[in-house]
Amino acid sequence: MALTFRPDESADNADVVDGAMSDRAMAADADETGDEAMDELGLVERELEAKQSDDEVAGELAGLDALDRLELAKGALTLRVWKSLWPKLAAIALVLLAWQAVTWSHWRPDYVLPGPRVVLPQLWHELGTGRTWTAIGSTMRRAVTGFAMAIVIGLLIGVAVARSKVLRSAVGSLITGLQTMPSVVWYPLAVVLFKLSEGAIIFVVVIGAAPSIANGVINGIDHIPPLLTRAGRVLGARGLQAYRHVILPAALPSFLAGLKQAWAFAWRSLMAGELIGGIAAISIGARLNNERDLNDTPGLLSWMIIVLIIGVAVDSLVFGVAERTIRRRRGLGI
Amino acid sequence: MTATVSAAVRTTTADRVEGSSVDIAVELRGLSKVYRSGRNQVQALDRIDLGFPRHSFTCVVGASGCGKSTLLSIIAGLDQPTAGELSVNGTVGLMFQESALFPWLTAEQNIELPMKLRRVPKAERRTRVQQLLQLVRLEGFGSKRPHELSGGMRQRVALARALAQNADVLLMDEPFGALDAMTRDILHHELERIWQQTGATIIFVTHNVREAVRLGDRIVLLSSRPGRVVDNFDVHFARPRRIESPEVGSLSIAVTSRLRQEVARHGTDVPT
Ligand SMILES: Nc1ncnc2c1ncn2[C@@H]1O[C@H](COP(=O)(O)OP(=O)(O)O)[C@@H](O)[C@H]1O
Ligand SMILES: [Mg+2]
Repeated sequence: MALTFRPDESADNADVVDGAMSDRAMAADADETGDEAMDELGLVERELEAKQSDDEVAGELAGLDALDRLELAKGALTLRVWKSLWPKLAAIALVLLAWQAVTWSHWRPDYVLPGPRVVLPQLWHELGTGRTWTAIGSTMRRAVTGFAMAIVIGLLIGVAVARSKVLRSAVGSLITGLQTMPSVVWYPLAVVLFKLSEGAIIFVVVIGAAPSIANGVINGIDHIPPLLTRAGRVLGARGLQAYRHVILPAALPSFLAGLKQAWAFAWRSLMAGELIGGIAAISIGARLNNERDLNDTPGLLSWMIIVLIIGVAVDSLVFGVAERTIRRRRGLGI
Repeated sequence: MTATVSAAVRTTTADRVEGSSVDIAVELRGLSKVYRSGRNQVQALDRIDLGFPRHSFTCVVGASGCGKSTLLSIIAGLDQPTAGELSVNGTVGLMFQESALFPWLTAEQNIELPMKLRRVPKAERRTRVQQLLQLVRLEGFGSKRPHELSGGMRQRVALARALAQNADVLLMDEPFGALDAMTRDILHHELERIWQQTGATIIFVTHNVREAVRLGDRIVLLSSRPGRVVDNFDVHFARPRRIESPEVGSLSIAVTSRLRQEVARHGTDVPT
């Protein structure tokens, strides 16, 4: 491959240059007119002065950088926490008040629908017993196991579907279909498949959560700005490295949104499964059934409050915080 | 169709070919690109012959839609030519109008990534990142994330990231197009300095003729639909140049009138 290179050749080859001016003549021409113009205005000397040194430019650049920096003063931490906390506290107070108002109206007798002044001490008492924490512990173990499996399965299915056109047309809409289907519907089948065991409950959790996770991954990958994938390729990210360094991080916000939604589905499926029950092990669902059997409404309401608190706490303390951190880091606003 | 596709050849030589009579970093021979979408066809590039000598600074100007970005994508290997040959000696870096920095990484981590991908040892990466930050005058901003930086700072990080690839050839697609005039002027100076320090071969695409005259050793003029090389201007002015200088101004006028002539040719096109 012997290359000879003449700068003019390319233009000649394109055979569109209408023989007007050769390049060099052109530039020389410009040089001349430039100098003439400068002489006329007596600019030559000043032009020389105006040539900037690297140091001067560095100074200007530093000035621009300083002007461009946004310094947002952060308020004190306690003040910020209080600002985000008080509306929530106010809402809780309002709910308690409404509940109390219903009991004061004697719509139902007190032993059927007790007020917060009976239930809250009962809840406090429950939280002090070991049995309660055993129940919460075994339920949370199921939740964590099921959710972890759902993440692995959802991630694999999501990536596979996002990658392959065939898979997408085959199972893309099936995933959304599964998502809309109440996963308790799977419980009887799960009992047949896994007997009355942990496996049956975890199965409904996984099948409740995995579709949302897969959809989050698919959405995330679909909406990566093409500019970023192109940049990744030019930088040398190929194959698995492209997934690790570009595609998955870029899809992360959407993946997290999927996780958040999946948690809601997982928690509902888990509670439904435990309530239908049949499994001997002590758990939140088993305790709820137990309290109903005993006609212990304060106990029943205490356990409902526990279910609510766990659901909200995981949603906002785990997924909410993760989502906000990531959005803030990427400058996506909150 | 198979015949034309197989005619498209891309050669990449990682180790440099020294000692050839003129050292060429990138060469295109009869390079064409046709985009097909359904029954429509766009001839984006038509038999382009161009050579880019090593260490040269070439500016490619042309009206929008004339195939400038397509040309760079093909040289970068992001796109395949329909016909013709392309040879690239060395690694290629590409900068876009938007910085294309990864928003989940800090400035430092962005610059480090191409070295990570090449499995450069960690200690070496660290020192190189600091050198590059210094080169683009962003010491102290390494831990910032892209959204915390201004447009001009982001482009400098992107430049450092491209240099971190040890790119012998730097492709720049209107990299300063979205910046304000003052920042752009300063970055012209910076780019010129960095080019002289690193000895990279630069192919700089712009639709701003003055910018091209300010920066390039050579200006290549592309026509639109089909994209062809219609003219070549060598620029011999001493560096560093100033965009306001009369010499830059008068050559800009010459290039612009040539460009307008080319655009006017399309005035007689039959609308399709
Ligand atoms: N992916 C694509 N599919 C179809 N046509 C395209 C595509 N990319 C560019 N084109 C067309 O090719 C021509 C050149 O585009 P481009 O290289 O982006 O021009 P420039 O960068 O000079 O503005 C335009 O007419 C554009 O519409
Ligand atoms: Mg373009």
